Amino acid sequence: MSSTTQIPFVDYLILDDPPYLQAQECKSCGARYFDRRNACANCFANNFQPVAVQSEGVVTSFSIIQMGPNPYVSAIVDCGGTNVKCTIMKVEPTPDHVTLGMRVKLMTYSMGEDNEGTEAVAFGFEPI
Amino acid sequence: MGTDAIWIIGSNMTKFGKHPDKDVVDLAAEASRDALQDADISLSEVGVLGVGNLMNASAGIGQQLQKQIGQTGIPVFNVSNACATGATALRVAIMAVKAGETDVGMAVGVEKLAGAGLLGQRGPKPEAETWQPNGRFGALSSTEGRIGTSIMPGVFAQVGMEYGHKYGGASFELFAKISEKNHAHSTLNPLAAYQKRFTLEEIMNDVMIAYPNTRPMCSGNCDGAAAMIVVSDEKMKSMPSEVQSRAVKVSASVLTSDPYEDGCQILPDVNTLTKNAASQAYEQAGVGPEDLDLVELHDCFATAELVHYDNLMLCEEGGAVDFFQSGAPWRDGTKPVNVSGGLQSKGHPIAATGIANIHEIVMHLRGEAGDRQIEGARVGLAHVIGLGSACGIHILEKVA
Repeated sequence: MSSTTQIPFVDYLILDDPPYLQAQECKSCGARYFDRRNACANCFANNFQPVAVQSEGVVTSFSIIQMGPNPYVSAIVDCGGTNVKCTIMKVEPTPDHVTLGMRVKLMTYSMGEDNEGTEAVAFGFEPI
Repeated sequence: MGTDAIWIIGSNMTKFGKHPDKDVVDLAAEASRDALQDADISLSEVGVLGVGNLMNASAGIGQQLQKQIGQTGIPVFNVSNACATGATALRVAIMAVKAGETDVGMAVGVEKLAGAGLLGQRGPKPEAETWQPNGRFGALSSTEGRIGTSIMPGVFAQVGMEYGHKYGGASFELFAKISEKNHAHSTLNPLAAYQKRFTLEEIMNDVMIAYPNTRPMCSGNCDGAAAMIVVSDEKMKSMPSEVQSRAVKVSASVLTSDPYEDGCQILPDVNTLTKNAASQAYEQAGVGPEDLDLVELHDCFATAELVHYDNLMLCEEGGAVDFFQSGAPWRDGTKPVNVSGGLQSKGHPIAATGIANIHEIVMHLRGEAGDRQIEGARVGLAHVIGLGSACGIHILEKVA
């Protein structure tokens, strides 16, 4: 039985076709956030508009987390001026395969279904 | 703002390391009583007590300490400010003295962390039967590993790698060499938790925690306490000559938080608040980075030390790699950094750290640093940063 309902891993992942990350942009100063806001940390205003974040970007920093049985790559990706924190998928988690300046794009994957058949979908970035 | 000088007349830190037979209050009591003795002053003269402890932040460690060493009824400020907790406790004591509320303040930082494991990591929650969005991101479960990392070695690895992306030259080997320096320095510090010298190869081949930080490139969780007595200028002049001659002037005492910068809520920006604190501190003290004889900076990870060379303006902007490779921050270099061994080998009992780094400067300015003495040291800077973020910088001078 296949599920018909999907739920994103975080609110800011929009499961459209194609999926994208949605920031809350301050209407006054343009600062972008991914969390639920009370006000803008830059200009203190509290009017926000949802904006789609570019789905391709450049790795500006990373670390390979090697504690535990499954090493993974944590990275900061500059998506056209908006920084995104993510895990880099579909890459060997070794310094030979992950580099600063590497170009990556958004991808999504299933986290599985809950007892009611709802499928959770998470995002990562993968090398282009 | 008060312009009268503030002086440190008493300073102490316990041995950092494992203290299985002592609790938090034992360690705080030891450092406090030794600092009072060092200042040749009675607890009855202390008018304000700032106490930092992170792991028991709601337990009133300050009052528990008083119950053991002396209940004098003075105001106690129990503070918690991440890794800047100790510096914050000292700021409280200094502010009270500056405000004229008292002539004598005591600050204590204490932590028991031996065996605490990785900080910043939250344990897994039990799997829910249905997906439930939680928190400000509406996350269905822990974001750790799914959306990058929040554990400290990984966050600070990215801080160093970001610098490398911006300016170049920051390789795994370079970061490991920074660690090699601090471990080499630690061999001269009997109060350091670890006093083992490592070769570069040993550091690079050790267990990888969060690339490019291997285990010896990470600060060590351990137990420890540090305490300090500060007094007003007037009080200092009334002290016995042997106390006055060992007094160290607090030329700058600054605490900042992180101002908004693009992307600062994605990867914590530990740079801007440090630069702001440094600028304020140099202005307050009327000295520049060129005047510093030694620096203790917050090397919670080898990757962090690199960026703070730049943030503290020890080098040209973007020049931290060249600065390190010139040999400047070694103890026989032109700008010795972390001659205590730094957090990587001295250890990092969180709330004690922000006072212990100032203690290190005090010891050198007094000429009491023993085998690791930086000869003729007159001016020193101590820097600490707590993620979240808080940055404390103190500049001390030998005047008497």
